[in-house]
Amino acid sequence: MMELVCPAGTPAALRAAVEAGAHAVYCGFADETNARNFPGLNFSREELAEGISHAHARGAKVLVAINTFPRAGAEAIWHRGIADAARAGADAVILADLGLLAHAAEAHPDLRLHLSVQAAAANPDAINLYASAFGVRRVVLPRVLTVDEIAAINREIDVETEVFAFGGLCVMAEGRCSLSSYVTGQSPNMNGVCSPASHVVYSEEGGDLVSRLGGFTIHRTPKAAPAPYPTLCKGCFTSDEQTGHIFEDPVSLDASHLIPQLARAGVSALKIEGRQRSRAYVAQVVRAFRAAVEAEAAGQPMPASALARLTEGQAATAGAYAKTWR
Amino acid sequence: MDLTVGPNFFFWDAAAVRQFYRSLADAPVARVVLGEVICSKRLPFWQDEIPAAVETLLAAGKDVAVTSLALITLKRERRLTADLIGMGLPVEVNDLSALRHIPEGAPFWVGPLVNVYNEGTLRWLARRGAVRVCLPPELPLASVAVLAAAARELGVAAEVWGHGKLPLAISGRCYHARLHDRAKDSCQFVCGEDPDGRDVETLDGQKFLAVNGVQTLSQSTASMAWQVERLRDAGVDALRLSPETGDFAALCRGYADRIAGGLSPEALAARLRGPLSDGFLAGSAGVEWSGVRA
Repeated sequence: MMELVCPAGTPAALRAAVEAGAHAVYCGFADETNARNFPGLNFSREELAEGISHAHARGAKVLVAINTFPRAGAEAIWHRGIADAARAGADAVILADLGLLAHAAEAHPDLRLHLSVQAAAANPDAINLYASAFGVRRVVLPRVLTVDEIAAINREIDVETEVFAFGGLCVMAEGRCSLSSYVTGQSPNMNGVCSPASHVVYSEEGGDLVSRLGGFTIHRTPKAAPAPYPTLCKGCFTSDEQTGHIFEDPVSLDASHLIPQLARAGVSALKIEGRQRSRAYVAQVVRAFRAAVEAEAAGQPMPASALARLTEGQAATAGAYAKTWR
Repeated sequence: MDLTVGPNFFFWDAAAVRQFYRSLADAPVARVVLGEVICSKRLPFWQDEIPAAVETLLAAGKDVAVTSLALITLKRERRLTADLIGMGLPVEVNDLSALRHIPEGAPFWVGPLVNVYNEGTLRWLARRGAVRVCLPPELPLASVAVLAAAARELGVAAEVWGHGKLPLAISGRCYHARLHDRAKDSCQFVCGEDPDGRDVETLDGQKFLAVNGVQTLSQSTASMAWQVERLRDAGVDALRLSPETGDFAALCRGYADRIAGGLSPEALAARLRGPLSDGFLAGSAGVEWSGVRA
C-alpha cells in the first residue's frame, strides 16, 4: 500500500492524523528551520518526543522537516534541530540544503534522510546525486512533473518517491522561488514563510475588498464575493491589455483521482499538504485518503464521493500531473 | 573586483545574439557565461551562434563558461546537459543535476539559481570542484560577507548579482504561453516577442514582475550601484551583469568605471533603466532601492 504522509502543525493535529489512519506524519520545530514557520504552529522538543511516542505506540512514523536553507553563520541552529530529532527517535528527517545533508550524513549516519520538495530534485540525475552523495532514501518530488515523467524517473532510481496529493499548490519549482522575499523580505528558503500574514493589509475601496502584500495589490474582489488569501503567485494581475491570474488561479491541488496512476508510476508515498490546517480538516482528509489508498491496494475503485467532499465549494486542480497544466 | 556577464535569460534571435557577443569583445568584463538557461525549446534557434561567440570572447581574453539549464526535466534536456562537458569549457551549474555529468574534481562554476545559502553548502561544492560561485540574489549583505570569507578560505571566487532583472522563480508552467492561451508544448515561441521579458503590473498599476517563458523576474532592475564599496569590503570578487537589450557594452563600462572610482552611484544609476532595486542586499525587501534614501 502507498504510504500516507500527513501534516501535523500541532501535537493535537498529530494525534488526529494518527487516529484517522496516517501511516506517517511530518512536523517541524517552532523556529526558522522548517518551511511552515507560522506563528502558533509546530513543536517544542518535548512535544516532538511525546508525539513520536504517541505515533510509534500506534504504528505510525514521524518525519521531521528541517527543510529551510540554513543562514550563513548560523548553521548550528539547524544542526541542533537534526540532533534533537534523531535523539527524540524521529523515523527520518526531511532536508533540502546540500550542506545540511552533508552534515547529517556525516554526524548521524544511522538517521534516515528524505529529500525535501524544497530541493526540487526534478530528474533522475539530481535524485541519484543526492542518493549517492548523502544516502538519501526517499525524494519528495517537486510539483513540476507529469505522472508519466514520475514513472520514467522511478525506472531510473533506486530510492523511494513521495508526491503531493492534496492541499496547497506551489506553482513555482519549490525552494527556487524568492517572490515572497522580493515583496516582504520573508521567504520560504530563508525564513520558512511565503506571503506572510504580517505583511498583508486589507482595505475597502469603492465596494471592493482589496488585499495587498508588502504594499502590492494581489486581489481586488467585490465585497460580497469570497476573498482568497493573497498568496503572491495566485494573485490577479495585468499584462498589456490582459487581466487575470497570470501565474495560477486561487486553487489547491487535488490528485486523489490520480491515486491508481501514481501507484502504477511506482510512487511509494502520498503527501498531504497543510501543517497550518486545523485538526478537524486533517482528520477528514486523512480518513478519505486512507480509504482511497486501501481501495487502490485492494484493486477496488476509488471512494469518489468521500474524496469529492474534501474540495466542495473550492477550486481544485491536478496541477502539473496533467501535461496541459504547463 | 571585476565583472562577469551572465547568460542571457531571454529569447533573442540569432542576429541579436551574434551582435551582443561581438559587442562584449571590447567591453571591460573579465568573463562571460553563455548558453540557454531558461527553455531548451529555444536553443535550436540560436545555438549555431555559440561556437563563434566563444571564439570571439576567448580571442578577446575573456574567461568563458557555458551554462546548464535551470530546470532539467526531459530526457533531451539531460542529454543536452551531458553534452556541455564536451565543449571544453567550464560548466556553470544552474541545476544541481548537471553535477552528475561533471567528473569528480573537475572545476566548475555555480550559478545564481543554485541554493548556496551557507558555508556547509559552499564547502561541499568546493570539495566537489566548484571554483566560482555566483551567490543567490536573495541573500542579505550579512550572509554575503560570511560566504565571501568562507569562499576565500576554500579558494572559491565569490560573485554577487550586480545588475539586471532579478531571477525570482522558475516553473514547470510557461507563463508566456498561458498569457496567449496556449500550453507550453504549443507555445509558438511567443516569449521571443519580449526581449526583456513581458511586464506584469498589479491591478493598481504598480510595476511588479516580468515573465519570461517559465521564468518569473522582477520588473525592477537590481543594481549594486550603491553597494560597490560594501561588497568589496565584504570580500566579493566579482559583480554579475545580466544581459538586457540596448547598449550593453556601455553598461559594462559604467560598472567598470564605478568600481574604478570614476563614476558616482548617482551617475551610474542615472544611466540605467528603472525602476531600480537593491533591497535583497541592503533593504528589508528585495524591491527596495537605496537611491531613494540617498
